[in-house]
Amino acid sequence: MSILRKIMTAVRGGAREMGELVVDANGTRIFEQEIKDAQTHLNKARHDLTDVMAKQMQASRQVESLKREISEHEAYAGQALDKGDENLAMEIAEKINRLESDLAEQTQVHESFSGHVSRLKDLVKKTGRQIKEYERQLSMVKTTESVQKASAAITNNFASSNSKMLSAKDSLDRIKKRQQDNFDRLAAAEQLESDNSDKSLEDRMTAAGIGEQKSSANSVLDRIKSKRG
Amino acid sequence: MNTSDLASRISDLSSFEGYQFDCQPIPGETEVLQITLGEFEELPCFVSVTDTQILCITYLFTNDEVISDKRSEMMEEMLELNIPIPLSSFAKLGDRYVIFGALSITSNIEDICHEIITLTENALEAIDALEEYLV
Repeated sequence: MSILRKIMTAVRGGAREMGELVVDANGTRIFEQEIKDAQTHLNKARHDLTDVMAKQMQASRQVESLKREISEHEAYAGQALDKGDENLAMEIAEKINRLESDLAEQTQVHESFSGHVSRLKDLVKKTGRQIKEYERQLSMVKTTESVQKASAAITNNFASSNSKMLSAKDSLDRIKKRQQDNFDRLAAAEQLESDNSDKSLEDRMTAAGIGEQKSSANSVLDRIKSKRG
Repeated sequence: MNTSDLASRISDLSSFEGYQFDCQPIPGETEVLQITLGEFEELPCFVSVTDTQILCITYLFTNDEVISDKRSEMMEEMLELNIPIPLSSFAKLGDRYVIFGALSITSNIEDICHEIITLTENALEAIDALEEYLV
């Protein structure tokens, strides 16, 4: 069963209750141990691989040198025949025969090492992938566990501090109202500022005798006099 | 970065991108920080640090707050909204709908603060958008 499916099953099956863990601590530890074991296997496989590769190279060198020796001796046998020394040629031929059986043996050894190398390389790759997969699963389990613990802590904190969590709508209303208040305050401050600057302009205009002038007692008296007139 | 590092660095910052940060550690088996932004005290963001990531979670509403015969319609809507919402995703924890963002464990303090601001603003935006489904 995939790890995500396991988590899903656990969450469905009663883990609605906060703080209930998807995988108990023991499970996580076993998992971590599995990863450690796999890592050990991987290291051993890598070590074996270098050993076997060294042996493979040795065998390969041996094969090459035997081949060289055979072709050299074939040339010698040819030379002996050229000189008409049949006996010597026969001796050389016997040596070639021994070399060839050595070559056959070494070639087989080399092939067997090559097979071993490719098997070990596969194993290293597979184990590496397995470890990555385990680590991915462990990370999912640990995250689930951590989030559940965090939720439990948050819920307990709310419970212990007696502060009730507001409903989303109430929170929304309060934040919007606060934002509106701040906005209104800002607008009022701006209004005040612009009023002040209007006022100071008016003052200066009055002082300069520009614009609508304030009525004075004299002008009122003049108005009354003219009405009586 | 672990939780107490994060707490002290956020306290040092005091404000970021024009927002005041308030940071309260919550005691428990896992260390959690409750971080609120100046204007948004009703929508705290909860931050926890795991082996692989930094998780920032803001609670939206509970099961009880959702109008029951509109629930599946709302969840469809949330799935549709998941991609357009920048940097945050909807999720559910127990009986609560949440919005969350996950950061790499190697994130710097600016990235984390930016995430918290985005998450809080997105949370408000989301509640506003989903209000018709709530009682």
